[in-house]
Amino acid sequence: MTYGIEAAGLTKRFGETQALAGVDLAAPEGTVLGVLGPNGAGKTTAVRVLATLLQPDSGSARVAGFDVLRQPAEVRARIGLTGQYASVDEDLTGTQNLLLIGQLLGLRTAQARTRAAELLEWFDLTEAAGRVAKTYSGGMRRRLDLAVSLVGRPSVIFLDEPTTGLDPAKREEMWDVVRRIVAEGATVLLTTQYLEEADALADEITVIDSGRVIAHNTPDGLKHHIGGQRLRVRPVDPGRTQEVRRILVDLTRCVPELSRGELTCRVDDDSLLPELVGRLQVTGIAVSELSLHLPSLDEVFLTLTGRPTSDTTEEAA
Amino acid sequence: MTTTVPAGTGRQVPLADRGTPTTSSLWRQAQVLARRSLIKTWRTPEALIDVTLQPVVFLGLFTYVFGGAIAGGSQQAYLQFLLPGLLGQTIAMASVSLGQNLNADIEKGVFDRFRSLPIGRSAPLVGAVMADLVRYLILFVVIMVVGTLMGFDATNGWLGILASLVLSMGFALCFGWISVYVGMIARTAGAVQGIMFLLILPLSFGSNTFVATETMPGWLQAFVDVNPISHLVSAVRGLMLGGPVAGNLVWTLVWMAGLLVVFAPLAVRAYRRRA
Ligand SMILES: Nc1ncnc2c1ncn2[C@@H]1O[C@H](COP(=O)(O)OP(=O)(O)OP(=O)(O)O)[C@@H](O)[C@H]1O
Ligand SMILES: [Mg+2]
Repeated sequence: MTYGIEAAGLTKRFGETQALAGVDLAAPEGTVLGVLGPNGAGKTTAVRVLATLLQPDSGSARVAGFDVLRQPAEVRARIGLTGQYASVDEDLTGTQNLLLIGQLLGLRTAQARTRAAELLEWFDLTEAAGRVAKTYSGGMRRRLDLAVSLVGRPSVIFLDEPTTGLDPAKREEMWDVVRRIVAEGATVLLTTQYLEEADALADEITVIDSGRVIAHNTPDGLKHHIGGQRLRVRPVDPGRTQEVRRILVDLTRCVPELSRGELTCRVDDDSLLPELVGRLQVTGIAVSELSLHLPSLDEVFLTLTGRPTSDTTEEAA
Repeated sequence: MTTTVPAGTGRQVPLADRGTPTTSSLWRQAQVLARRSLIKTWRTPEALIDVTLQPVVFLGLFTYVFGGAIAGGSQQAYLQFLLPGLLGQTIAMASVSLGQNLNADIEKGVFDRFRSLPIGRSAPLVGAVMADLVRYLILFVVIMVVGTLMGFDATNGWLGILASLVLSMGFALCFGWISVYVGMIARTAGAVQGIMFLLILPLSFGSNTFVATETMPGWLQAFVDVNPISHLVSAVRGLMLGGPVAGNLVWTLVWMAGLLVVFAPLAVRAYRRRA
């Protein structure tokens, strides 16, 4: 198998902080690797090493078939980087941002213009093309940033938390964009703090925490490992909690956890939900919450490491 | 490239130059990046205050406040003496914003993108210095026009002015690398300004810009005599007003080469190291 991204034993230390403590990553050509981890896990550091922006203290990495340390120019010619914080030039218009990169990459002016127009169209920015990026909304900035990283038709693309800070609708839009990029054959490394996002986009997921890989699996394998989805029910009348518990045990054979009037069950089977709704209706139990969702990052970590995410001081937006 | 696949990423022949950049591509990349800086300057004309209003204010203040006292009572005579000096001082001061802007660009992450591109490592720095030349040109023109309106007389004529222009622009380009270097090593744009002023104040006032060197104590004269700004100012005085030029011209060129050879590589190295 040929790999678009391959890293072994990456370490990097910043003063007292061991940002990477021996990270292995691998993404076969044309696949999406999701790197899942909480704040401070080392995601950005890993991306910066792979994108030749940062020298690791030890370890090795190949990107698009070239050694990151020994052939950085070859690597740079084949990658696109969308950093965690939009690096568009705020004083330039959308078009100017794209032209700048096109011309730096050695395109003739006409070629660069064509490419800029294509990408603006594709990212739904044509109308805002002539406006200074300072005036763009957060979502538009992200899209422009992503568009800029595609100017040179990279074969390996790094997306560092592409949806953090976007509202749910914009997040779904961004997912579609990522899917289209992948459909055209590029290898993508995507970092995220959401299992849901990794599940929606990635072929394989590597979970990292405090600079270490703590799990690597397919989304299904990972979900299976951490016990599938979470079913959550909250009866309006707390007095009927025991009845709900019995229904849940009966349906799912799980042992529901009770916290603050809310029952949570691990389930593997999506079809349980309608059945549960039916049973609740028959018994006449009103519920104020009923949901089926993937475990949050916190729940994933609790399952994988037996303790909550190590960095909870920062906002987990 | 096909027109039906708009956003292509993968297998097609890549659009970009591949491989290690050459000197000619470095030059082209620096030009593209210089154009970027100029667009930004154009959008924020306030950024030109230090090369337009500020030299005019200095010219007016020093001529009319100190002129009477310093040059034996003749403001006219003092203006003749002051203008070439002020050119040297304001060039040094105008270089501060170069390092500040680069520092801000790095902080904002704009340079991360440049660093991930297959372009010369030094291209963003060379481009910024090139773009700054436009600011120094504006500075030169403003000082000459306002000075002439105030009564400055370049007795050596156009050729002297032209030679002064070439020399001071060359000096500005070399001196600017100090600012670039400081921009690379300082933590914030504010710190760049602080460090640069600490350097520029003694260089510009500890020179023959405002008063003749003979009035100073010996140790200060020694400093003034090696100060690159003194050499530039003396050379420009000679070129515009007549008098000996050769010695100061040579020293100015030596300083220019020295600044460039020392600070350009230092700046590029600091840029590479800055994570
Ligand atoms: N340049 C730096 N200097 C000092 N410490 C750093 C630097 N870059 C990262 N770190 C530290 O290294 C650790 C890993 O940081 P990194 O940015 O890679 O995490 P992350 O997974 O991207 O987190 P987030 O989700 O918050 O973006 C953190 O503790 C961070 O404080
Ligand atoms: Mg990060």
